[in-house]
Amino acid sequence: MITALRALLSHWMRSPLQLVTLIAGLALATALWSGVQAINAEARASYDEAADRVGTGQYDRLVAEAETPLTTRDFVALRRAGWLVSPQIEGELDGAGIDRPIRLIGIEPLTAPPIGGIDGLGSFPLDDFFHMPGHAIASPDAAPDLRAFGLGVTQSEALDGRIAFVDIGIAQRLLQRGDRIDRLILHAVQPQGLPDIAAVVPHALRVAAQTSTADIARLTDSFHLNLTAFGLLAFAVGLFIVYSAIGLAFEQRRAMFRTLRALGLSLNRLIWLLSAELLLIALIAGSLGIALGYVIAAALLPDVAATLRGLYGAEISGGLAIRPSWWLSGLAMAVAGTFAAGAGALWRLSRLPLLDAGTPQAWAHMARQVIRVMSFAGAGLLGVAAILAVTAEGLVQGFALLAALLVGAALLLPACLDRILRALERISPAPLPAWFWADTRQQVPGLSMALMALLLAIAANIGVSTMVSSFRLTFTGWLDQRLASEIYVTVADAAQAEQMRVLLEGKADAILPLLRQPLELANLPGEVYAVADHPTYSENWPLLAAEEDVWALLREPGYALVNEQLALSQGLSLGDEVPSVQGQKIVGIYSDYGNPAPQVIIGLAAFRMLYPDVRATRFGLRVDPDSVADVMGLLREELPLPQDALADQGRIKAISLRVFEQTFTVTSALNVLTLSVAGFSILMNLLTLSQMRLPQLAPVWALGVTRAELGRMEVARAVALAGFVTVLALPLGLALAWVLLAIVNVAAFGWRLPMFLFPLSYLWLGLAALGAALIAAGWPAIRLARTAPHHLLAVFSSGR
Amino acid sequence: MLLTVSDVTKTYRTSSSVVEVLRGASLSLDAGETLALMGESGSGKSTLLHLIGGLDISDGGVITLDGVQVNLPSDSHRAKLRAQKVGIIFQQFNLIPSLTVSANIAFQAQMAGRYDAVWCDTLARRIGLSEQLGKYPEALSGGQQQRVAIARALAARPALILADEPTGNLDETTADIVLQLLIEIAAETGTALLMVTHSAHHAQAMQRQLTLSGGVIAT
Repeated sequence: MITALRALLSHWMRSPLQLVTLIAGLALATALWSGVQAINAEARASYDEAADRVGTGQYDRLVAEAETPLTTRDFVALRRAGWLVSPQIEGELDGAGIDRPIRLIGIEPLTAPPIGGIDGLGSFPLDDFFHMPGHAIASPDAAPDLRAFGLGVTQSEALDGRIAFVDIGIAQRLLQRGDRIDRLILHAVQPQGLPDIAAVVPHALRVAAQTSTADIARLTDSFHLNLTAFGLLAFAVGLFIVYSAIGLAFEQRRAMFRTLRALGLSLNRLIWLLSAELLLIALIAGSLGIALGYVIAAALLPDVAATLRGLYGAEISGGLAIRPSWWLSGLAMAVAGTFAAGAGALWRLSRLPLLDAGTPQAWAHMARQVIRVMSFAGAGLLGVAAILAVTAEGLVQGFALLAALLVGAALLLPACLDRILRALERISPAPLPAWFWADTRQQVPGLSMALMALLLAIAANIGVSTMVSSFRLTFTGWLDQRLASEIYVTVADAAQAEQMRVLLEGKADAILPLLRQPLELANLPGEVYAVADHPTYSENWPLLAAEEDVWALLREPGYALVNEQLALSQGLSLGDEVPSVQGQKIVGIYSDYGNPAPQVIIGLAAFRMLYPDVRATRFGLRVDPDSVADVMGLLREELPLPQDALADQGRIKAISLRVFEQTFTVTSALNVLTLSVAGFSILMNLLTLSQMRLPQLAPVWALGVTRAELGRMEVARAVALAGFVTVLALPLGLALAWVLLAIVNVAAFGWRLPMFLFPLSYLWLGLAALGAALIAAGWPAIRLARTAPHHLLAVFSSGR
Repeated sequence: MLLTVSDVTKTYRTSSSVVEVLRGASLSLDAGETLALMGESGSGKSTLLHLIGGLDISDGGVITLDGVQVNLPSDSHRAKLRAQKVGIIFQQFNLIPSLTVSANIAFQAQMAGRYDAVWCDTLARRIGLSEQLGKYPEALSGGQQQRVAIARALAARPALILADEPTGNLDETTADIVLQLLIEIAAETGTALLMVTHSAHHAQAMQRQLTLSGGVIAT
């Protein structure tokens, strides 16, 4: 057994490039998958930790926006500027003597706002709390273990789980964080006339108080599902490399398999040994992939954190832990993927009789059969996709449609290319071009997996870029309509609101109160808004569907507008009643991009009847656009408003667009990575195939075509194939974009978007694909052009 | 009797035709005996050799090697028998390209659990390749590769060597040298040799000659 295994493995020693291809392909596939899983695991763990954490979600807070962390210096700067902030850090305390980690939260007790679960700090020995070795307020579960760290401990029954609060200095020491701070908690009431936070700490981002963490987890589910789908796509593209590398390795070793069997190795043993070999490769490549995945996750996590923060108000920690959930799943995917990719090769080996195993005709015949079966399966899957396109509802069916569409198209690709190349061969006027197309057609089975990977990568790029660009166009137009007021202002109370009204008399065309009341809608946290009776709304508000005279109706109680998310999720249409708001009839549905929560708008009068205690502290001001700066200056001068209480329309639009761009940073990054994997796949395929090309090229060389010409034709062949694939990827990509916009987005986010086409960007993408093919084919072509004549001559002699 | 082949039949079916290659072939071979099997192209010589080596399975008849029936359906049984009792030499050499000459020679013996380093060294010396043991097959000439194949076939001290036109890919001079070497070492080790050949000249070097014609042994 060992002898035979050594013989099998010796192939890789003699073909290191092939081994590198296989391991790199699998490692890349695993890396993209496990990277995404690591991000998801980190985010979910953060939600869980937030749920464990006591009370910290009830205040607005500042977190580091960029990669520059918050430090004690930032805290001091804000305090000196007058801001009532309190620093916190949080982490897992682990070490000798404790069996499970403790969630340690470092607080600054003198500035900390009241925190639920700790009944005031007055009863605790503050001197001990500050000074070494420190004192902890801990849950009953964590208290005994903390003594191992030399801390004094006061047990609090109000704390659940394994959690402890200590002074921030002690926590920084125990967690080895230097003077880094995770967040600065903003007190609910702040002094007047404070400078803008951005002017004091430019890298701090203000995050609004959270809704409940369970809601966050639910709201972000779609986002994580989208990420997982992208990870899976990237993994599938990587598997194409693995499939083709394993296939080629098996094909190149056909003669060896035959010899091994002739020398007494049974078929069963051979298959077991090859399986052991695949397992070994999967474990090595999987481990490398997980390490690489960690690097990818660490690189993408800040963008994901920004997206989740901007879109959902969910906060995830900046650190990335190595959690068994994702590295085990990564390793399992690597092993499963390798065996899925190798199953076909093993099956073919088990079916081919010993004496036929070495004949190329048998394998060529098999390859043709496989292409035929793939075509049938592909057509079937496209049929399924067509049915799902009409009937699909919800995220799962949406992804099933995507899978059927992509896999079906990929499976049909070799047959399509075969037809195209056959036609070109027929119409070629001269023998050399005819040979060129015929030979290209012969390469299709060997290159099919790399070409399928390229098709998927280009289609995914076209689909996702079309979706994002369509979304951007729609979103920008929508923002222009929705943010109609020139200035937005937040005042401290009703008295200040009245002061403002008097101040703006004659200077503002309208002062529009922005009233809102949190409310559970369709079992999700939502909001009811009030709109004043003013043309600002009737002229600008983007409505997707509305009754005639909708704005006139809205003046009366009993009528409401609902956002698209609520309407789609609950199947509501005009004339229906709003769930959870008594007796309100829906007279309009409006688009509400960027907001994952359900929302209802009612008239101001109706709102005041339903919620008489809610007072307006936020207003939209309609002023002459040329006087925006003057009005803002006047308000700043006359009213003691904090800097961030005033914002002009442009600034809010800029912030919204930044959140939008961040939302798609990760998908764009995954897109580029997927395309890179496909390019790598082609390079490796061509390099491997080039070793087997000599018998096909030597006769043409002998007939008078130079090696340099053959090299150039090899490049032309790769570029031609990439060109055909790009052309075929365009309709597939547009179909993908349609599915994303019309089905997946609706299910995931609750909004439907119009689809726009961007021919110029498709052209650039096509050129990039051709460029990638050109580069990938360059190396093997140069090697061919430099092949020594005696290697080509060797093809014609059976021995020496 | 080392080898007995009785009434062996073999038919190949394709989508358009049925070809009866063997219609009841019978032969026998004693231990240490050498036998040349001749016949026209397509007469079934290689098929019969493959059936004797357990590389393929007959439709009818019985093949017994050293008292053990060869033509049983179990692939594992035939593989084990091959590893333990048979050495095969192919026209195309079929060395393992990723193993060195030395590893190729030792390969079957190690698989059969009969590896003897001294014997392998002796064989390498006998075939004149002691200086080439660290090389890979691609660096050897055709004659040298076939000599490695002979050493590999003998390394496990099999009872029978099956040689399928072992000199078919070699020039006349090299072929004579290789065949002489094969016969000598087989005689020295008491190994029986069954060789398929087209060459009457090479067949004469064997103790017995048989011709396969019309799917049966003619003489």
